Amino acid sequence: MTDFTLRVDQNKYLPVGSGDVHAIVTVEASGPIERAAPVQAAEIIIVDASGSMGYDKIAEARKAAQAAIDTLRDGVHFAVIAGTHEAEIVFPDRAVLVPATPQSRHAAKEAVARLVSGGGTSMGRWLRLAADLFSEYQRAYPGAIKHAILLTDGKNEYERAPEFAANLSYCAGKFVCDCRGVGVDWVVAELRQIASTLLGSVMDIRRPEDLEADFRAMTQAAMGKTVADVALRLWTPRAAKLSFVKQVSPALEDLTGRRTEVDELTGDYPTGAWGGESREYHISVRVPAGNVGQEMRAGLVRLVLPESGEVLAKGNILAQWSDDPVQSTRINPRVAHYTGQQELASLIQEGLQARNDGDLDTATARLGKARAIAEKAGNEETAKLLDKVVEVDPATGTARLRRDVDKADEIALDTRSVRTVRMRKDPEA
Amino acid sequence: MVSGACPTCGTLVLVGEAYCEQCGHALGAAGCTACGAQAVGADGYCENCGMLQPSGRDHVEIELEVAAGVSDRGLRHSRNEDAMALTVAGTVVAGVVCDGVSTSPRPEEASQTAADTAAAALAKHLEEGADPETATREAVRLAAEAVVALALPGEDAPACTYVSAVAGGRQVTIGWVGDSRAYWLGSGSELLTGDDATPGTHMLTAWLGADAGHVMPRIRTFTPDGPGVVLLCSDGLWNCYPEPTALAAVALNATPRAAAQRLTRLALEAGGHDNITVLVIPFGQGEQAETTVVFPKEQQ
Repeated sequence: MTDFTLRVDQNKYLPVGSGDVHAIVTVEASGPIERAAPVQAAEIIIVDASGSMGYDKIAEARKAAQAAIDTLRDGVHFAVIAGTHEAEIVFPDRAVLVPATPQSRHAAKEAVARLVSGGGTSMGRWLRLAADLFSEYQRAYPGAIKHAILLTDGKNEYERAPEFAANLSYCAGKFVCDCRGVGVDWVVAELRQIASTLLGSVMDIRRPEDLEADFRAMTQAAMGKTVADVALRLWTPRAAKLSFVKQVSPALEDLTGRRTEVDELTGDYPTGAWGGESREYHISVRVPAGNVGQEMRAGLVRLVLPESGEVLAKGNILAQWSDDPVQSTRINPRVAHYTGQQELASLIQEGLQARNDGDLDTATARLGKARAIAEKAGNEETAKLLDKVVEVDPATGTARLRRDVDKADEIALDTRSVRTVRMRKDPEA
Repeated sequence: MVSGACPTCGTLVLVGEAYCEQCGHALGAAGCTACGAQAVGADGYCENCGMLQPSGRDHVEIELEVAAGVSDRGLRHSRNEDAMALTVAGTVVAGVVCDGVSTSPRPEEASQTAADTAAAALAKHLEEGADPETATREAVRLAAEAVVALALPGEDAPACTYVSAVAGGRQVTIGWVGDSRAYWLGSGSELLTGDDATPGTHMLTAWLGADAGHVMPRIRTFTPDGPGVVLLCSDGLWNCYPEPTALAAVALNATPRAAAQRLTRLALEAGGHDNITVLVIPFGQGEQAETTVVFPKEQQ
């Protein structure tokens, strides 16, 4: 069984009159030591088969889907969906997930090989079909890991925004979905909306020939998941106001609006499935200011299986009022680091938005500042991507937008703006 | 957390009080001291408002049949560096209050060590028949030695004040070092001690500790001319209420524990800027049931 540990990093000391509490919660799940009894899992591979996938991309998408099929563990239930303005099950030949065997893998790859492109793009409908297949499977295998891969190369054109939103909320909580955009014609915001709702990731795949390796890696990661549907359960005091709950590592994800009430003072935030991995959360609570010396529990964080209520790990977020400014003004380094990471992501997204809106002054200011933070915080990959969009004079620090920017670089910068780096070195270690 | 508001009327209530003195709301033994909810978890935090419940020395009450004391962290300090002790030797009651010096290391250890050592010494010597003055000198000597022994190489010496009262027979014997005080409250209420401090400041001129040199306690024996109360207190009380008559108005005509609680509450309501320790030792109150056992001679 997977073991979870939960650690809270914070400076619990608050100055008199203050009630803003910030904490970074680090959750680590250790993978199973041996694969004694693999957990039940299901995988659906959704491949964009719209007309724009053309000859090259559809060929690489076929190879990628086949690589994913090859990576499935024996016994994992699976299906392949081809997405156009409609959704079609490519494999199996009926609306049900089938277990992976040498025979079923072979048959699935044959079916994928016959995949052709043509038609529009309607991702909400693809996902809804996947949700229905997973729901049927869920009845026989409650508590199983349910994961989907969605690949697209284009805009969600054949589905109006309200229908898309309705389809997405229909899928929420039914499975985890990692999204991949290939080429330069897809919209980062659309895939981000899907991945946020379905607790997955978004990555840009610049060259179609890179899809195969990525699909294999993604499927391997999905096969490594051991616990489905874990929730972060947060209790806060009656007089407190919860400011936010955000995942801050490995990528930024605001969970504040995803709360499910457990009781008056407690709510659950979904975190999806876990394998051997580590994630960090930034929680901010505002409590009524107390007297010097008083200590308060400003939050009780538990990692739970909501179905059974089983608590996997827990920790306290504390507040203690102090009249010693040396104590109360110190910012916890981990809180500072992830506050900086959130600022960096906002600057990049605002900067790119301003650039597209033609507000070049704002774009230059935001992206220039982002470049400085990226370098200081150790976001090397982000710094390199920023260099392709903005030029900063190393002597003066003056920023200037580059005139010719590869669209793929802009997409990569936008997509990866939410990915964070961990602290360079842990000052407490 | 040392105290909280009554959930019904908002009046300040102390830990251990079963009912709000203002409105009579039942506070409940297990209720949260901050919000009153019956929801304090095993880990000491209230499951309603989150406040950590007092533990250890944050708020201490001691009650003997013949005397009582309250020691409270106050509202502005992160810990209680005061300490107190009460003991009975035959028909004699002895009490000690010590206030740790905040600028010294581990002041809470110094005060507790001094109070415990002195109370044990007073009990032993009084039971062996020593006169109160000799017993007091011996208690101060041993308490001072014990505090000196707390000092570690390379750090400043832990330090505290000292005041004790021995009440028995027809006399009260007070001994003190530093600025903790003794009062007589009754007919002719008065301050019995003189602070060992630079006037108008809290700069001590005498204390217990390795850096204090040879400690010479000041000792005073006092014969009351009627029933009353001996009050020992740290500066957390007398900074707010130095006047003997004001203290007497609160402390008389109450059980010792209620008197100590009321005085502590006064200091908290005045801001609770320091630790507050109050020991109340009734004296010569022959008519009252709780003292007849202890002062049989006084009855005749």
